[in-house]
Amino acid sequence: MIAEKTITWFPACNKADVPENGGVCVKYEDEQIALFHFARRGEWYATQNECPHRKQMALSRGMIGTQADEPKVACPFHKKTFSLKTGECLSGDECAIKTYAVKVENDTIYIGIDKDA
Amino acid sequence: MKIIVAGNGMVGYKFCEKLLAKSKPGQFQITVFGEEIRPAYDRVHLSEYFAGKSAEDLTMAPASWYADNYIKLHLGNPVAAINRTAKTITAHNGLTLPYDILVLATGSAAFVPPIPGVDKNGVFIYRTIEDLEMMTAWAKKAKKGAVIGGGLLGLEAAKAMIDLGITDTSVIEFAPRLMPRQIDDTGSNILKNKLETLGLKILTAKNTSAIAGDAAITGMQFTDGTAIETDMLVISAGIKPRDELARLCAIEVGPRGGIVVNEKLQTSDSSIYAIGECALHKGMVYGLVAPGYEMAQVVVDNITGGNNSFNGYDMSTKLKLIGVDVASFGDPFAEGTGIKTIAVKDTNKGIYKRINISEDGKALLGGILVGDADQYNMLLQACKNKLALPPNPEEVILGARGGEGDGGAGVTALPDEALICSCESVSKGQICSAVSEGNCETVDAIKKCTKAGSGCGGCLPLVKDLMVHTMKTQGKYIRNVLCEHFNYSRQELYDLVKIHQLKSYDEVLDKLGNGDGCELCKPPVASILASLWNEMPLKKGNATAQDSNDRFLANIQKGGTYSVVPRIPGGEITPDKLIVIGEVAKKYNLYTKITGGQRIDLFGAHVSDLPKIWEELIAAGFESGHAYGKALRTVKSCVGSTWCRFGLHDSVSFAIEIEERYRGLRAPHKLKSAVSGCIRECAEAQSKDFGIIATEKGWNLYVCGNGGSKPQHALLLAADIDSATCIKYIDRFLMFYIKTADPLTRTAPWLNKMEGGMDYLSNVVINDSLGMCEKWEAEMQELVNSYKCEWKEAVENPDIRKRFTHFVNAPEEKDPTVHFDNMREMKRAKEWK
Ligand code: SRM
Ligand SMILES: Cc1cc2nc3c(=O)[nH]c(=O)nc-3n(C[C@H](O)[C@H](O)[C@H](O)COP(=O)(O)OP(=O)(O)OC[C@H]3O[C@@H](n4cnc5c(N)ncnc54)[C@H](O)[C@@H]3O)c2cc1C
Ligand code: SF4
Ligand code: FES
Repeated sequence: MIAEKTITWFPACNKADVPENGGVCVKYEDEQIALFHFARRGEWYATQNECPHRKQMALSRGMIGTQADEPKVACPFHKKTFSLKTGECLSGDECAIKTYAVKVENDTIYIGIDKDA
Repeated sequence: MKIIVAGNGMVGYKFCEKLLAKSKPGQFQITVFGEEIRPAYDRVHLSEYFAGKSAEDLTMAPASWYADNYIKLHLGNPVAAINRTAKTITAHNGLTLPYDILVLATGSAAFVPPIPGVDKNGVFIYRTIEDLEMMTAWAKKAKKGAVIGGGLLGLEAAKAMIDLGITDTSVIEFAPRLMPRQIDDTGSNILKNKLETLGLKILTAKNTSAIAGDAAITGMQFTDGTAIETDMLVISAGIKPRDELARLCAIEVGPRGGIVVNEKLQTSDSSIYAIGECALHKGMVYGLVAPGYEMAQVVVDNITGGNNSFNGYDMSTKLKLIGVDVASFGDPFAEGTGIKTIAVKDTNKGIYKRINISEDGKALLGGILVGDADQYNMLLQACKNKLALPPNPEEVILGARGGEGDGGAGVTALPDEALICSCESVSKGQICSAVSEGNCETVDAIKKCTKAGSGCGGCLPLVKDLMVHTMKTQGKYIRNVLCEHFNYSRQELYDLVKIHQLKSYDEVLDKLGNGDGCELCKPPVASILASLWNEMPLKKGNATAQDSNDRFLANIQKGGTYSVVPRIPGGEITPDKLIVIGEVAKKYNLYTKITGGQRIDLFGAHVSDLPKIWEELIAAGFESGHAYGKALRTVKSCVGSTWCRFGLHDSVSFAIEIEERYRGLRAPHKLKSAVSGCIRECAEAQSKDFGIIATEKGWNLYVCGNGGSKPQHALLLAADIDSATCIKYIDRFLMFYIKTADPLTRTAPWLNKMEGGMDYLSNVVINDSLGMCEKWEAEMQELVNSYKCEWKEAVENPDIRKRFTHFVNAPEEKDPTVHFDNMREMKRAKEWK
């Protein structure tokens, strides 16, 4: 298959705008994206902000951490947890969340948006 | 040998599973015909579909499981006819196959009484996922609902209606009471009251004469001349065994339906078996899953060369119906000469317990539990294994008070053969050996290894008790560690953080833990730091270690807005301050409500409005009420001697003094207090973590009370003490609690777990048996001195304040997905789905 995917890099905010080991919510057009700075691991992650459980715009306010080395976020509402890498629900539910690529250049954080070419 | 199974429901599936486990590869060629379009799923937990479970979640095993095990599965293709002479079946699509053994597991269908109008739109039965899907679609436009049937299935259907959002639902039962087959009149009445408080209307002794409406249902008429309006009806009045295949080929069926079987589960044709809800054994159709599984086992044993028979089945059940426990075991109705009945009834809490015991008081014959069935497993075991009852049998249902819980003592008394999980027939011995020999040290591991608890799940508490008990007897120390990142209990961690003078979550993790932390260890560590150092919880990188409520210094609500609760010490407030609250609420469009803690909650604040709201409140002299923190909440007061004709002392002033002393104090869980001016106890001090009641000579101090789901009265710690002594004792009590309790443990469960109980606690607090009191008083005084209102710090600190936005790249915009509805001239959160 020759499905072409191009990634648009969207400048979301400055590094200092994101609390270390926590998240913020980024507005991109009509989307809400949760952006996390996992400072302990020197990693950045982005996922959809909506928690699929009760459709709450809340994941950016969740606590992050690891489960057997898998980075994850826990929704503040009912503590369902999701892998930051794959978006898979780690609490045994069927729902998964969307993840985005992130890159850091000169203290600016870019979120990669998939656009089908 | 060729085996054909007609029916792929719970029992048909279990038959395949058990047959595979017992046979040699290739010994049987198994073909399964199912009428439904999906592989067997868990009908018992059908209602969970509404709570978000998908059809896949309910599936017993996916289609690939059958293929992997060489079982040919035909779905959506029922068996249409049996030719017993040729020993063949013909399926709906024409396929004809020979069999050596035919197993009928066709289950049952809902029994629909012949009421005129049952064919109208909006009338449903409740048995399959398709039924559920049709109900869900119809429910969108329905406002009022009704269910025919007040038994197990009817109440399940009523629960489904509530889950579908149709809270205005009537349950119609033909008999004079609910669940006539399981529980007695008193139990049914208690159940009825409980269900009524949930909004259901219960109509007993009602016989439906007609269903009204044109194409769709609009109402129902009853034989007594009454009628109700409804736009949706579910009929759950009983089951009708699916015996039509048997009838067609002249296999014997019972007069009221059901395929007649002997103790080997053979029908009148010895190569044809019937199992599950389609079978009629000694005049009985078993409408539960556990006897069906047992039948599957018996057939498997016999066709694989063994010898087993089905000898009826104990119909003891424990169910959670719409959140209400209902259980019956043994002979629930046993009466007559020599049989004694002990019953307790608490109409206030909605609890009824009855046990029937033998004349000599030694054997338990059966019983009923409504509202609280915690003791079900123990009682069932005592009944089945004929364990000797204690000399005061009433203790079995009243519960042993204090001391060793009945759980621990109970499990040891059971014999090894005692059946713990009846769905999967797992005995106590099997569970214990999974722990001791199979090294299963979590309930999940036991579940995987023995299958215990994987059915209805009712036995899980007992499985856990057995696990803990077995591990203890092996000398294994069960450590209560926080999570995978910290190999310490909260108490150990508290001391270590203090010794090492650690001030931030990251320092604690670096020094005492491993890995990167998680949502299980962050809040308790943050709470320990706050209890120890009383520093602003959002500084030093600790903000992201807080639960969302602590991180935004407000409680998050449905939809993602927050609540604002200013402190109103003792519940006393000036008219001017009341006006300020009203003005702020108007300006920011907040819903206002008087709380159960004598203060005012303002709901529905956008995160970006929080600092502005607090700025205005602080300017008017308010401070944070810590409604979001595991911290002191309120000290309630009654009006006391300043106005009340009975008041002995000024309870309001003392409540304010107490609240201002301990405000902001972080603890393993929240803390509540109250001061009453006399023994009439209008401030409900005896339900608080610490409560004070005025006496002629001073104050009585009570500790470790709790409201919540397991209410508990506080116990008297000291009597007739003066104010200074009272505060001294509270200081000591609170420090002892903060240092030693597990995370999220209120003072009441903390005391319940304490060895030596109240005697020990009063020795520590009053007699200073640990020699710590002076130190604790000094530490408490430091915490009192270092108190600052954290909301004041948050609004004044630009770094902290800027975190109170929804969008990092559009700080002035609010979350566009937040919506409110209107209610009684104010707003409310939009319902989530
Ligand atoms: C607002 C209020 C209800 C009301 O409208 O009256 C309330 C609201 C909440 N209560 Fe409560 N409780 C309120 C009085 C009570 C009381 C009555 C009292 O304090 O006199 C109790 C029983 C007494 C007790 O605690 O022993 C009570 C027992 C609970 C419990 C169960 C605690 C337990 O030990 O089992 C929880 C759950 C928890 O804390 O884990 C809880 C949790 C909650 C939470 C925080 C649930 C949550 O996490 O979202 C609710 C927050 C609502 C919000 O958004 O602000 N609430 N809650 C009351 C606030 C009082 C106040 O001014 O601070
Ligand atoms: C809402 C609800 C709640 C329940 N709650 C509980 C509970 O809490 N505890 C409990 O123990 N039990 C409960 N039950 C009962 C339990 O689900 C049944 O006892 C169990 O499903 C019986 O299994 P079975 O295989 O005999 O029948 P079923 O599960 O009904 O399976 C029979 C299957 O055979 C199919 N079939 C019929 N005729 C043919 C044919 N000719 N050819 C091929 N296939 C055919 C049917 O379509 C069906 O798929 C509940 C039932 C319902 C509906
Ligand atoms: S009782 Fe339950 S619903 Fe009511 S406020 Fe407390 S936690 Fe919320
Ligand atoms: S809304 Fe996220 S866990 Fe429930």
